[in-house]
Amino acid sequence: MKLLVCIKQVPDMESRFKPDAGGVWYDGGDLAWRMNEYDEYAVEQAVQLREKLGEGTELTVLSIGPDRVVEAVKKALAMGCDNAVHIQDPTASSKDPWQIASIISSYAKDKNFGIIFTGMQSQDRGSAQVGVTVAEQLGFTCTTTIVGFDYDNGTITAKRELEGGIKGIVKLKTPALVTCQMGLNVPRYPTLPNIMKAKKKEIKTIPVADLLKEEPLTATTSFHPPAKKGGGVVLEGEVGVLVDQLLGILKDKTTVLR
Amino acid sequence: MKALLIGEFREGKLLDTSYELLGFADQLGAETAMLLVGSDSQLPPYGGTLYLADASRYGEYNPDLHKLLVLEAVQKENPDYVVFLHSSYGWDLAPRVAASLKVAQVSEVIGLSDRGFEVGCCNAKMRRTVKPTSPKAVLTIQSGAFMGLQPGGTPQVQKLATAADDNVTFVGYEPAEAKEVDLTRADVIVTAGRGVGKKENVPVIAALAKALGGELGASRPVVDAGWVEHSHQVGTTGQTVNPKLYIACGVSGAIQHLAGMKKSDFIVAINKDKDAPIGEVADVLVVADVLQFVPALTSKLQ
Repeated sequence: MKLLVCIKQVPDMESRFKPDAGGVWYDGGDLAWRMNEYDEYAVEQAVQLREKLGEGTELTVLSIGPDRVVEAVKKALAMGCDNAVHIQDPTASSKDPWQIASIISSYAKDKNFGIIFTGMQSQDRGSAQVGVTVAEQLGFTCTTTIVGFDYDNGTITAKRELEGGIKGIVKLKTPALVTCQMGLNVPRYPTLPNIMKAKKKEIKTIPVADLLKEEPLTATTSFHPPAKKGGGVVLEGEVGVLVDQLLGILKDKTTVLR
Repeated sequence: MKALLIGEFREGKLLDTSYELLGFADQLGAETAMLLVGSDSQLPPYGGTLYLADASRYGEYNPDLHKLLVLEAVQKENPDYVVFLHSSYGWDLAPRVAASLKVAQVSEVIGLSDRGFEVGCCNAKMRRTVKPTSPKAVLTIQSGAFMGLQPGGTPQVQKLATAADDNVTFVGYEPAEAKEVDLTRADVIVTAGRGVGKKENVPVIAALAKALGGELGASRPVVDAGWVEHSHQVGTTGQTVNPKLYIACGVSGAIQHLAGMKKSDFIVAINKDKDAPIGEVADVLVVADVLQFVPALTSKLQ
């Protein structure tokens, strides 16, 4: 069976985000980049399935973006993917979820993938649309936000995370796409030998123009920080002073110290 | 302007959060119709057209079937917007509907502006304004972002029925783990977030909770990493709490976490990152290293 895992490279979420020149997305200039956290669970699950199925299984990792995304792709290869596709797009961040999904399904449509793994959403855009839309475009079955996964003979049994700690168990026939939630597994750290081995694995580059035929369905008109809630006090300074300031406020505003 | 609202029905009742769809439509200035998978004998108070699919047949979520039900109601009602809650139901179903109609989807709307729909991004630290460019659009709204509206009246019911292949089948529910810790009763909760760094540092946070006579809470990443048991988790997939004092230590403030604690009477956040979204709901944000500040606070209390 052929497997595909789709990953995105995103900034470290501890970063300070500033609007770019167009004012519709963040300025990527000074940011540190990493693999989208949800996608690490997707890669791990795909690699685990690849290991379980063994010979005759091929796991491809795909990422869309400028050349820097190859770093995230290399990590996925070091985690155990067999080969990679980099869909080269210097302006991927200006594409909407419909277009990103269309790029992926246009790549995947004649490749005969049995299962596609994605994260449930990206940490930066957070639309939670791309995976499901790919499944719709390809006519795959799909389930989202999985925290449990098992595959046997053409059927996936997945555990979906619902509200309030309840989980829903579903069975899907392949070809299928699943979107992965944190806690699904424990993503492995690439070992040094595997990092070395990954250097020999193939990374195929495809220009995005070869795959994208769709116009966007949404436009971003602004990117900005949230309006600050009034009344919140920000305390900064030396720890000892901060402790006394906070205790003063708590004595004044709450009953818990009385 | 017309909005088709997709309500959520569970165990014989319209979920309260579904009323937020009406609050949203009101703010949007849209007429409404509603779709429910529910029961004839338990119709919710609502004055508009209610597209009803029988819960005994369509009750458990089958994505293919529910997509066809929504598409049928869309065809009959011809709405400008199809509105879901951004829930495990809504985020799963909405993109299927949007893709079938080939229209825009805007996810997790938290507000309206004259330039479009406001949504969170970058782990809730930033905002985007998004405008659909298609004539119709599918929206999911963040739960808690819009005030619920309790409607009155009797709905005009239009029944829906459809059939689909069973490529996805629902097997059953797995109940939530038993709560060893009932955080909903605590007066003080001190929560450990990812900023505590490692499992070995959790006792530092627990000690502050103890000094204040409170309970230890935990954010999702801390529970996923196995540092603290799930029964301590605060947020959408854990417990929803409203203590007199909530102290968030090294919690960045993901939307799902905020949803579970923002109704606390008084909120203190301790975080190195001044821009962390937890600051949005905090009454006091202490910009400091948790591992320096918390022990100092604890020893002063003892």
